[in-house]
Amino acid sequence: MTDDIFQGYKGAGLEVLKKYNVRVWGQAEVLTSRGDFKGTVLPRSENDDDQHIVLKIATGYNIGIDIATITAMTETGYKKANYKIPEKEFPITPGLPKVKLLGTGGTIASRLDYRTGAVIPAFTPGELYGAVPELADICNLTTEKLFAVFSENMGPEQYTTLAVAIGKEIENGIDGIVIGHGTDTLHYTAAALTFMVQNPPVPIVLVGSQRSSDRPSSDAALNLMHATTAAGHGDIAEVMVCMFGPTSDEYGLLHRGTRVRKMHSSYRSTFRTIGDTPLAMITRQGLQHIKQDYNPRRKDRQVIIKPYFEEKVGMIYYYTNMQPDMIDSMVDNGYKGIIIIGTGLGHVNKPLYPAIERAVKKGVAIYMTVQTLWGYVHMFVYDTGRDLMAQGVVPAENMLPEAAYIKLGWALGQTSDLEKVKEIMMTPINDEITPREPYNGYLIYQGGVPEVEEFIKKFHK
Amino acid sequence: MSNKINPALNYEKTMRSAGYVPRKQATQKTYDAIGFMSGLEVHQQLLTKQKLFCRCPAGIFQKPEEYHAELIRHMRPTLSELGEYDGTALMEFKTRKNIVYHINSRTACTYEVDDTPPFPLNREALDIAIRIALLSKLNIVGEVHITRKQYLDGSIPTGFQRTAIIGVEGEIPLKNKKVRLIQLSLEEDSCREVSDIGHQRVYRTDRLGMPLIETVTYPDMKNPDEVMEACNYIRFLNRSTGLVRTGIGAGREDVNVSCRGGTRVEIKGVSRTKLIPELTHNECFRQWALLKIRDRLKDQVKQQKEWKIKPEPLKSIAGKLESQRFKELSNNGHKVMAVNLPGFGGVFSHFTQPGKCFANEIADRLKVIACLERPNMTCSEDLDPMLADNDWDQVRSLLNASPDDAQIIFWGPEDDIKTALETIEERCIMAFSGVPNETRKSLADGTTIFERVLPGADRMYPDTDSKPIPLEDSHIKKLGQDLPSDVIERYHQLKTWGVPEDSYHYLFTHNLYPVIEKIIAGLDQDPKKIGKLFGHFLKYIAGHYKRSPDFSYERIYDLYKYVVANKLDAEIVKIMLPVVYQYPKMDFDSVLVNLDFKRFSKDEIVSNIPFLKDKYKSIKTSKLPEAEKHWAMGQLRKMAVGNIPLKELMGII
Ligand SMILES: [Zn+2]
Repeated sequence: MTDDIFQGYKGAGLEVLKKYNVRVWGQAEVLTSRGDFKGTVLPRSENDDDQHIVLKIATGYNIGIDIATITAMTETGYKKANYKIPEKEFPITPGLPKVKLLGTGGTIASRLDYRTGAVIPAFTPGELYGAVPELADICNLTTEKLFAVFSENMGPEQYTTLAVAIGKEIENGIDGIVIGHGTDTLHYTAAALTFMVQNPPVPIVLVGSQRSSDRPSSDAALNLMHATTAAGHGDIAEVMVCMFGPTSDEYGLLHRGTRVRKMHSSYRSTFRTIGDTPLAMITRQGLQHIKQDYNPRRKDRQVIIKPYFEEKVGMIYYYTNMQPDMIDSMVDNGYKGIIIIGTGLGHVNKPLYPAIERAVKKGVAIYMTVQTLWGYVHMFVYDTGRDLMAQGVVPAENMLPEAAYIKLGWALGQTSDLEKVKEIMMTPINDEITPREPYNGYLIYQGGVPEVEEFIKKFHK
Repeated sequence: MSNKINPALNYEKTMRSAGYVPRKQATQKTYDAIGFMSGLEVHQQLLTKQKLFCRCPAGIFQKPEEYHAELIRHMRPTLSELGEYDGTALMEFKTRKNIVYHINSRTACTYEVDDTPPFPLNREALDIAIRIALLSKLNIVGEVHITRKQYLDGSIPTGFQRTAIIGVEGEIPLKNKKVRLIQLSLEEDSCREVSDIGHQRVYRTDRLGMPLIETVTYPDMKNPDEVMEACNYIRFLNRSTGLVRTGIGAGREDVNVSCRGGTRVEIKGVSRTKLIPELTHNECFRQWALLKIRDRLKDQVKQQKEWKIKPEPLKSIAGKLESQRFKELSNNGHKVMAVNLPGFGGVFSHFTQPGKCFANEIADRLKVIACLERPNMTCSEDLDPMLADNDWDQVRSLLNASPDDAQIIFWGPEDDIKTALETIEERCIMAFSGVPNETRKSLADGTTIFERVLPGADRMYPDTDSKPIPLEDSHIKKLGQDLPSDVIERYHQLKTWGVPEDSYHYLFTHNLYPVIEKIIAGLDQDPKKIGKLFGHFLKYIAGHYKRSPDFSYERIYDLYKYVVANKLDAEIVKIMLPVVYQYPKMDFDSVLVNLDFKRFSKDEIVSNIPFLKDKYKSIKTSKLPEAEKHWAMGQLRKMAVGNIPLKELMGII
């Protein structure tokens, strides 16, 4: 393993290290045209250039040395870092609910390698207990790592694996399930699990974090406490997403898996229920219900697992002047279902009509959702909508685009009979379509308006 | 009790045995005897338009009540390298503080509150930092790495400060020695604290994220005056660039002090340089006194490993107490606890700082760690006793105390009692080994109070949100081309010019050297006179007139230029400057009209002398031979100023 002693170095940088016989983790004295430097040679990030060598100096800071300035370099010592997460046995407390944490690869809890900055995920109950000891007061936790993929790489294979694993846990008598997940596609997985795991008797809570747990202000620990509380003690037996309500460390929200969406690229309070209210607020003390109709926790184990998915389904985000070849190419590539995300009430331009007509004729299922996210598709209002419907585009009511995409894949995974698909699509499993929109389902308050500012000043953001 | 301690006498006695003398009486010998050692971390805000990692404006500040929104965070300790929480982390966690941030939309965006990742580092700030690093003779790094430095007190909402080393290993020259520099870093400034009461600490986010540099020295200073000299030098050096902020809070220092056998203690956020000598003097002696306490406890507590405090609620003997104080406290909803501290007799009234004793070390920690608002305790050796002697006897029997023990009574909300007890025990145990690792806050009287446990070394790690920034040789060379001359050279030049030394502080603080040099070199003026005009006369003007926001020191150069061009005598500047200082936009001709100035030739002025001499004969005010001259001079002064040198006129008369 010659490469390992020059971790991350390549090209010219690597040559310099070799020339002076200095290894990564070696203590080095470097003479340069800018003066002398002393420190421990650190691994170099692979995406960085090959013109610098990284040193950790005595005060703990990192600096880079330009190799062009180096006149001499000696290794005066060597000390390789060796890290592991402290593992403490997770205490089992009689009387506390049994909660299973299923890992998908997102890091909810982790520990930091202070020298390289690498984040070491904490996952086993012992590791988690070391990082968030409060969990032991909430539940008796066990964990299982199903796979290790980044959020953006989650897909049908992972959805079905998860669904089957959940079924097994329920059968084995678990009191609640928590799924650790990266946040980017958390709502896709939440929708998939809602369709694939029907009639669950226990809470199934998806959780992530917007600020990694290596920082003191991370939302990870509190999210994990909220999620285990909801899973172990909550009485809502549905697939839910549990993330921060406000950006403040105050309470979390439980969102129904089909109506939730990530709405900000970086805020802690990024997840929002769209077109409805969240199910409940959650603190470490417990749940406070917002919606009164929900599926309550049950003692039985009558869960139905439907782990199906057709991969040849796609989404197409309409833009002005979209050309028909966008749809043609999907059809020609064998897609069986398309979700169009249309403008306004669910529209696309006229030039697409022939392409849509061709697609429908070829047996492709096409459903319409809206770019506005809030509100229903209403294709009767204008001629455009009526024309599209006549061609066979099905309005998907107020289904969110991502939920519609997941559902269409799931429906086509079960049958290729388009009438049956339509029946599945239009029969809500758990509020992916709601019959009505409550007055407080659409609240994007406008900053700057006096009464909004007054509210913001009074309550924590 | 036979060996009862008299607190006041004990305080005096222990102060003497610690060898404490007031700073005025201290000499280098005094400091060598206790092994005085000190280093500095000098912080300086940079004069940039925007903050360091976001596009918010820098240098705009709000009053505490001017905020639009608030949010709340809790800082959670992250695991250290060894899988353990470090000291500060645990302490901050113990305090269970709600950290509230006040946000004003003019000065903070979502970056400051950690809801948005950082934007690319502000290049304007980076370039200023490199210039100052060059002036500080530091070795400039090849690549700037943004590092995260953990802070759990909430002063930065992320829980860490983004900071980067610009240069290492430099030096600054003092009058008699060189002081080595460890490093210079560029970092984001922290929040300003609004309040810290009970379990709630409130911060403002206006200053947060402003570019700041930190210059760190080695602990090369061997007496308090050297610390101040080094501090001034670094501040003057920063200011000599004209690229840094001035005004309250724009420059702040952390001062590290230790005595021989002591511990590096950091005095945080000293904003007045003048306080540094007194603060470092007192801190060094505080440590020396704590070592005396350690030695004393070696005799008084034999089983230090098994040592424990013994607490009891005071309630059980409440009825027997004479003092009304207990009743008041419990009526306020406080829980009142009595604690026995075996073998600690004579320690609580032991001198630590002027006017302070060991009891303060406990009271300060109770406030900070257990969140008990002051007054939070009294003890059996209080210099100002709160309980009668009889009451203390009751307390001692409640606690089964021995005569060599000390007792504390403290009070606070029920929920905080556990942490308070741990805090008391922890601090007492620390006394066995001497000086605890901590940061301290400076007070105006030159003493300090406990602020935080000193953070551990393992709190630095790379910022995964930003890429390293390479610094090319060509760029550094370019920045190094028009650097100001060294402060030490300027100092020597002023001396050579004969400018009085008492004016240097003012000249360097306001970075007046460049304009002085420009006037002397460009307008052929007398260096000493110019130096005095800036160092003494301008300082006087600044103290007596309101400065126009439009006034800049460059205007004084313009003024001299005008005087030279119009062949006026330079003395006129002193008459004109107060007007120019208040109305810098007024043209100089108008200033003269305003001052009722008239042109006279030398001959015109001199022609008055015979008449005046005649007149003096009739009014003769004094018998002194010089009196006639002075009287005539007085009569002609207004006519002469600006037209001919007054000295010359005097000679003629
Ligand atoms: Zn900002």
